[in-house]
Amino acid sequence: MDKPSKQTVRIGFYICHCGSNIAAMVDCPAVARFVGTLPHVVLSRDYKYMCSDPGQELIQKDISEHQLNRVVVASCSPLLHEHTFRGAVEAGGLNPFFFHMVNIREHDSWVHTDPAEATAKAKELAHAAIMRVAMHKALEVKKVPVHPDVLVVGGGIAGIHAALTLANAGKKVFLVEREPSIGGHMAQFDKTFPTLDCAACILTPKMSAVGTHPNITLLSYSEVTKLDGYVGNYTATVKRKPRYISEDKCTGCQECIANCVYKEPKFPDEFNEGLGKRKPVYIPFPQATPQVVVIDPQTCLNFRNGELTGKCKKSCVAACGDKEAIDFSQTETFQELKVGTVIVTTGFQAFDAKRMPQYGYGKFPNVYTALEIERLVNTSGPTAGHVVLRDGKTEPRSIGIIHCVGSRDKKTNRWCSRVCCMFSLKLAHLLKEHTGAEVYNFYIDMRAPGKGYEEFYDKLLEEGVHFIRGRVGEVTDWARTPDEEGKLVIRVEDTLAGYVRRIPFDMVVLATGLEPHADAQDVRRMLNMSCGSEGFFLERHPKLAPVSTFTEGIFLAGCCQGPRDIPDTVAQAGAAAAEALALIDKGFIEQEPNTAFILEDECCGCKSCIPLCPYTAITFDAANKKAVINEALCKGCGTCVAACPSGTIVQNLFDDEEIFSEIEGVLAHE
Amino acid sequence: MTTKYSYFPGCSLKGIGRAYEESLLPVLRALDVELEELEDWNCCGATAYMAIDEVKACVLASRNLAMAEKLGHKELVAPCSACYLVLNKTKHYLQDSPAVRGVIEKALAEVNMTYSGNTPVRHPLDVMIHSIGLDAIKQRVKRPLTGLKVAPYYGCQIVRPYSTFDDQYNPTTMDRLLEAIGCTIVHFPLKTRCCGASLTGTLPEPGLLCARDILAEAITRGADLIATVCPLCQFNLDGYHDKIAKKWGPHRIPTVYFTQLMGLAFGLGERELGLHRGFVPMQPLPAPVPVGVGV
Repeated sequence: MDKPSKQTVRIGFYICHCGSNIAAMVDCPAVARFVGTLPHVVLSRDYKYMCSDPGQELIQKDISEHQLNRVVVASCSPLLHEHTFRGAVEAGGLNPFFFHMVNIREHDSWVHTDPAEATAKAKELAHAAIMRVAMHKALEVKKVPVHPDVLVVGGGIAGIHAALTLANAGKKVFLVEREPSIGGHMAQFDKTFPTLDCAACILTPKMSAVGTHPNITLLSYSEVTKLDGYVGNYTATVKRKPRYISEDKCTGCQECIANCVYKEPKFPDEFNEGLGKRKPVYIPFPQATPQVVVIDPQTCLNFRNGELTGKCKKSCVAACGDKEAIDFSQTETFQELKVGTVIVTTGFQAFDAKRMPQYGYGKFPNVYTALEIERLVNTSGPTAGHVVLRDGKTEPRSIGIIHCVGSRDKKTNRWCSRVCCMFSLKLAHLLKEHTGAEVYNFYIDMRAPGKGYEEFYDKLLEEGVHFIRGRVGEVTDWARTPDEEGKLVIRVEDTLAGYVRRIPFDMVVLATGLEPHADAQDVRRMLNMSCGSEGFFLERHPKLAPVSTFTEGIFLAGCCQGPRDIPDTVAQAGAAAAEALALIDKGFIEQEPNTAFILEDECCGCKSCIPLCPYTAITFDAANKKAVINEALCKGCGTCVAACPSGTIVQNLFDDEEIFSEIEGVLAHE
Repeated sequence: MTTKYSYFPGCSLKGIGRAYEESLLPVLRALDVELEELEDWNCCGATAYMAIDEVKACVLASRNLAMAEKLGHKELVAPCSACYLVLNKTKHYLQDSPAVRGVIEKALAEVNMTYSGNTPVRHPLDVMIHSIGLDAIKQRVKRPLTGLKVAPYYGCQIVRPYSTFDDQYNPTTMDRLLEAIGCTIVHFPLKTRCCGASLTGTLPEPGLLCARDILAEAITRGADLIATVCPLCQFNLDGYHDKIAKKWGPHRIPTVYFTQLMGLAFGLGERELGLHRGFVPMQPLPAPVPVGVGV
């Protein structure tokens, strides 16, 4: 080993028993004795729990009593206790980066079965750490201030709750919503399970609170198109789509709608899942927030193919009068927002039932999706809550609800969408209540794991709703007997009774599952997040960091992270708001110093590193023809370091000297 | 320019399903496609073989595949659904199971043959739609079958378990093809239901019921005839009318190969297309409509 020249290295080594987690497989005293013989090691101890207070105090005491200037602890994963021990080293008066940790639990005692070999491996790992720590340099943790404003992307119940939580805590929030109104899917629901309280009654007060809150800037009909910067200092670019109505001037009087040249609503109404009609100028639903009209250039006569022609007589403009809120000259505009943190609450899309042609959606008029039924049973829905078939008059006498459409299916989506069993029960109850029809549920497994959920299932059983266990094979209009004629026949294997059944229905409801938005991958790239294999945004840790992402300062809540119900979504939105608040109120970010930097003189400007950086931390300084690393963005992954053809990129805590010493140490042991 | 494919007829197309071959070859010839029959082909491995010893069935199939590869045309056409499935299944096994591949390679080596697994196995329906194309087919139509109401029946084996060229639950290639030659397609919910397969021979009651359901539904839907792509389907739907009538009353409706309908539209003679071989004869076509009208 080369002797470090700057000062005499004095290393203290500690091996932790971790109760019996390590000691049962590794002979800890023997490792300590061995390390004690290595150069520069001043003392070497084994101890039952190094992470305990006495364990940490031991390190501090030894540093002052034995003038230690390097410390190595062999214990568990650095993910668990590196922070703890760095703190102890710092409290002992040393730079915290004169410390190195060896993982002899996850990497050794837990995964081996031969004590002798496990002990030998612990010695090798410890030897490597001793050699490496001798080369460590003092590093500094940098502090970067956090901008106190927050961007919330998506105005469903998750975004609404997160925005209100932050705004009530006095933070400024920008809430960006793609549609003309906030509310998301929850606004379309009739009742909520299992309490059957009205979705609108509990949601709309929160919506109007968003609309009027002094700390919330609501950017509806807008999309985030770009996010630059890093935790604490993000710059978001927001595209404001033209709604051809001035939000400042529109009072929501809706005179323009009443006076549109279309006397009757003619175009499929998005909010009612196409079951109702709207005019080209419309307000999505009565409680829409903001209470501002929107003009759809695809259907408005003043446009052709989305291009302004001015050929309509514009009776809406006349009706608006002095308010002059209608502005056909509006174009797309872009707005930049400075924020410190981002909460992503972009939600889900319902599975497209046409992808399972065996269920006949789109072919048989009386096959419905669950969302359509939500609107059909709703008092402010297209039929004022009167449940009739698509002919507009016949009440269904028998209704079959098919579970797991686009869920738990290798051919479409493999995951359980978590909410379908419960909303199917709710719809079964509501349909029975509205029509008195015989209602059947076809399920694979009933999943009712929530507060009051199983009780709700019980209640449905008592109400006389039928439950048949079996995945439905097909919905067909093939009548085999006269009583099947004119009906939709569900063919299913009743797996409890053990035979194949054919049951005729007037109406079939498909409990369509939840899946990521079609453009989730674009959003992921734009916000520099990860997606799981199924396409939902990936949390940093499924249990211990469920609302964080792998990008600092960007948090997740709601169904964009995975299917969940309203209570879980709201809880998660609150958690995401709290995580953002924790960053904002601390006021600064501590930056791990294990970042890469460029030895500027030696950079040849080949740009190999730039496309490789997963955090887009490297840019090119065209004037000097050199790559530049933004330290605040660098996560220390080392990709650029390894890729740099001239060895010009160096990484703190991982410079050549440190790594080669470590390798020598590992190889030194026989 | 003539396109050439290797051709595996299988036993049916030389025997009970010869009308399929009789109509397929001239129709493809009219479309500038030639099928070169494998010399010395053997049983595809279907049905009984598959049920008793899957690996041996695959060995049989692979000998045919090896010959097709040697013949040198890029692709092999297998018109019978059972052959089509077994040949494709063997290709899958060769790819996915080193154990099966080992047995097959050893067996082929015994007769100095090899198979690299490359030759795609295609159904004529797939070739018509995706290689020849509807436009080329429309151009050949001399006598559009305007007014002929057809129930398109695909059977199970060309869509299950693999669905390489059409939707598994709602196949539409034959619908589009027959529409292109002027037919009217009736809504037919039993497109991929079981025809009864070999049950008609072993357990006649459930087997014949399957065939009856298909015949009955085609009649209910107002079809003049059923079009099929498979010799076993054609046989089951055409060959048991007496037995079916005894049990459930008469269900008379002809079942023909889609290629026979194409041949008629191309102006070929009924006898030439093997139409006289069906038990339930097809009704004479309405008077021909001049080309360019109705298509």
